[in-house]
Amino acid sequence: MNKKYFIPLIAFMALVGLMLFGLKNDPKVIPSPFIGQPAPNFSLPKLYKPEEMVTAKEMKGEVWVLNLWASWCVSCRAEHKVLSRLIEKMKVPTIGLNYKDYGTEDYGDEALAWLARYGNPYQSVAVDTEGTAGLDWGVVGVPETFVVDKKGIVRYKFTGPVYDEAMDQILVPLITELRKEKR
Amino acid sequence: MKYLLRSLMISLLMSFSLSAIAVQIEFHTFENEQREKLYLDLIAELRCVKCQNQNLAESNAELATDMREKTYEMVVEGKSREDVVNYMTARYGDFVLYKPPFKSKTILLWVGPPLLLFLSLFMILRIVRKQSKQAPKQLSDDERDSVRSMLKSNSSSEK
Repeated sequence: MNKKYFIPLIAFMALVGLMLFGLKNDPKVIPSPFIGQPAPNFSLPKLYKPEEMVTAKEMKGEVWVLNLWASWCVSCRAEHKVLSRLIEKMKVPTIGLNYKDYGTEDYGDEALAWLARYGNPYQSVAVDTEGTAGLDWGVVGVPETFVVDKKGIVRYKFTGPVYDEAMDQILVPLITELRKEKR
Repeated sequence: MKYLLRSLMISLLMSFSLSAIAVQIEFHTFENEQREKLYLDLIAELRCVKCQNQNLAESNAELATDMREKTYEMVVEGKSREDVVNYMTARYGDFVLYKPPFKSKTILLWVGPPLLLFLSLFMILRIVRKQSKQAPKQLSDDERDSVRSMLKSNSSSEK
């Protein structure tokens, strides 16, 4: 048989291969330019003590996690259990960045009610009413979770709600590994 | 005299039910026309990272609103086009640009389409040349006869 007849088949297989590759790629996950870069600083009022500020700088020296959440975010609720488990298991200091939620026109004090209902695993909760800190961290959509190392370098970004497998297979080993690094 | 130019942006969000029509209007004032043009150019060129096939100007996403607002702030402050683009790429990567910079990672993106065009033109040219070189095949007498008889039998059966 003429070899020519195989060309469409080969082209088709190549197309299938390309599409399979595309299936594995989530277009919603944008590679963060912050990985390997110093964590952007913020200075935001604490949810429970609005007169005090919480900053990214003060976390330097230990491995910490920044979690962006909001009471209006449904998938944050799903994530909350997993995140609480991670924080409890790893005893990792975590700042909850309350994104465009508490104190806004639309949401009032729902963030407080939300934490009272589902529990508060955070070391402190930073209130980002305007979403400026969110923009500085390149937020696309809540929830988003960042892991920052002892030197204050962003090492990992998890887009979307953290689920059990992601926690056990990615976050726990990563935090364990980062803790071994020098300051 | 300082005159004010008003840039009006209307974005319409329509859902299927008529009662749920939300109209969102943003008013911006600029010092001069250049600033206004810069702003309009930037929001047309920057991509909304939330709803990825829209630029900032077209998108209704809340994030796009924030990014437009930031762009406006920076333009009014007198920042250059480069400043705004750098600000956005520092946070969202090259992804935020509809016109990505030319570098090793994006080389396929820039070189691919012209390469494909030239390749296909070359192929078409080759095929056309090959065909024009071959003289049209002449039928032999036997073949001619068989075609005639076929046509004959066909026309007779139609009657």
